[in-house]
Amino acid sequence: MSLLPSYKTYEDGLYALAQADERFVVMTAENRSAIRNLPGKLGDRFIDVGIAEQTMIGAAAGLAVRGRVPVVHALATFLTLRAFEFIRTDVGIAHLPVKLVGTFTGFVSEANGPTHQAIEDIALMRGIPGVNVWCPADEDDLLMGLETVMLDPKPCYVRYNNCKAAFVHAEPFAIGRAETVMEGTDTTILGYGLLFGECLKAANALKDAGYSVGLVNMRMLKPADTETILVAARRSKLLVTVEDHFQTGGLYTIVAETLVEHGVMAKVLPIALKERWFKPALMADLLEYEGFTGTAIAARITDQLNTTAS
Amino acid sequence: MTETEEQELKAIAHRVRRHVVRMATDGGCFIGASLSCVDLLTYLYKRWLNVSGDKLQDPDRDYLLLSKGHDVPALYGLFVELGFLEQERLKNHLKTSDHIYWHPNRSIPGVEFHSGSLGHLLGVGLGIALDIKIRTGNGRVVVVLGDGETNEGTIWEAALVAAAKKLDNLIAIVDRNGFQANMATEELIRLEPLTDKFAAFGWETVRLDGHDFHELEQGLAGIPRTSGRPTAIVADTVRGQGLPSISARADRWFCNFSHQEIDQLLEELEGSRRAVIESDIIVAR
Repeated sequence: MSLLPSYKTYEDGLYALAQADERFVVMTAENRSAIRNLPGKLGDRFIDVGIAEQTMIGAAAGLAVRGRVPVVHALATFLTLRAFEFIRTDVGIAHLPVKLVGTFTGFVSEANGPTHQAIEDIALMRGIPGVNVWCPADEDDLLMGLETVMLDPKPCYVRYNNCKAAFVHAEPFAIGRAETVMEGTDTTILGYGLLFGECLKAANALKDAGYSVGLVNMRMLKPADTETILVAARRSKLLVTVEDHFQTGGLYTIVAETLVEHGVMAKVLPIALKERWFKPALMADLLEYEGFTGTAIAARITDQLNTTAS
Repeated sequence: MTETEEQELKAIAHRVRRHVVRMATDGGCFIGASLSCVDLLTYLYKRWLNVSGDKLQDPDRDYLLLSKGHDVPALYGLFVELGFLEQERLKNHLKTSDHIYWHPNRSIPGVEFHSGSLGHLLGVGLGIALDIKIRTGNGRVVVVLGDGETNEGTIWEAALVAAAKKLDNLIAIVDRNGFQANMATEELIRLEPLTDKFAAFGWETVRLDGHDFHELEQGLAGIPRTSGRPTAIVADTVRGQGLPSISARADRWFCNFSHQEIDQLLEELEGSRRAVIESDIIVAR
């Protein structure tokens, strides 16, 4: 039986939720890529404030104190960076149920350049008390969690990703739970978002080469699935975190914090962006250039396993 | 401006448009917003700004900051015509072998500051203009803004500060092509009367046709018209100017055309038949 809801796209899902529940309002700072057909359908519950991210967050807080659940959209850099203090202060301190949907995250910004590279978004959003962080692996993963996240009373940052699924997700969505795809003793790859597909390719390549490989789709980075991280650390000789995010403040940091907090020792290989922006280019070229294809990920893991073994 | 001089400017702008069109494939570019400011940039660099290939690092040069950074194909196309940039490099657009992508990069000769996130460079330009004043220099700073960009609050913070600091060497030029990413500006967040808004903030204002070199010549003459006041020029332009098949349309902002469509658009620039566009639109913001 499919775990997918009846709606086929993010936009249709949001519309279904808004139809069923009057509290929902859909907002944007003139970023309509994910919600192009909603203005006509939602009428005055669709609010485009123009290119004014800070004012959008303030207005969302105002709507929320009146009982609404604003689902706000902007390019992730402008949402999480430009409007950061407004999110922290107006949404975070007041603990309002505003859903913060950041688009064109990580490598998805392709050739836009550093101004558009949201690669510290997770670090920033998880740093705000009470704000959850959800990073769906693909469109199916996004649809599976949509209703739960939207109806949850907490504010949540959604690292929007609607890439086509290359994998049938068998694990139902739950707040704070990861999806364990494979289990293995040599290594476990922990990934999320757009790069989950490349992690899957890497895991299959390593399996074909004779390694015992685990793979986890993290889904939520806050609350992160501590138990799954610890189980993987105890089972595998090497943990690998893969992310289109700065090495600081994202999944690698979360894993490190989790291991330290629970007194668990494990070798962890971070595959992330260390103190640099990535090369602006189209997706296939940039994955290749930056070493984030499934093949490149598998090669780095093989090197590390060989080094550890010798 | 003589007839010959005007024809020369038109010829340069035409070649810049050809460069822009060629960048709108194999990944595409923000062609609409680029074509609207070609004439404006051509006039400024050829006739007004004190900057040239051998003066790119001269502290006494004039500065041009492209705050609406997504129109960078126009700037790079012009830099080729000015000899700042080798034409061959435009073929590296979006490739990992170079730094030519959808927004400006400072490693390209002539780019004074990177941009892409809207509402940043009026503040940066204000800082440069302030330092020129402190050092009693003569340099002027032009900041090119998008009209949609004036939605951002930082534009109006900078407008307040520039007037308070009496920066008459700062000139903001709004490329008023009437559209922001998804729709006409006036359908979303009304901007008009735009010159009145800048005037209320203490700026000298000029409104002109941003495709008319004579109007640009007149409008840019004698700045500052009042000592101690910054100048805002609202230049009325057309999104996609030069290509009737894509101009003044909400859905022709970012475009990624097929090679065949590019060939037709290049013909259309020469005044022959209109191109037939079948590619899906892409709006990336």
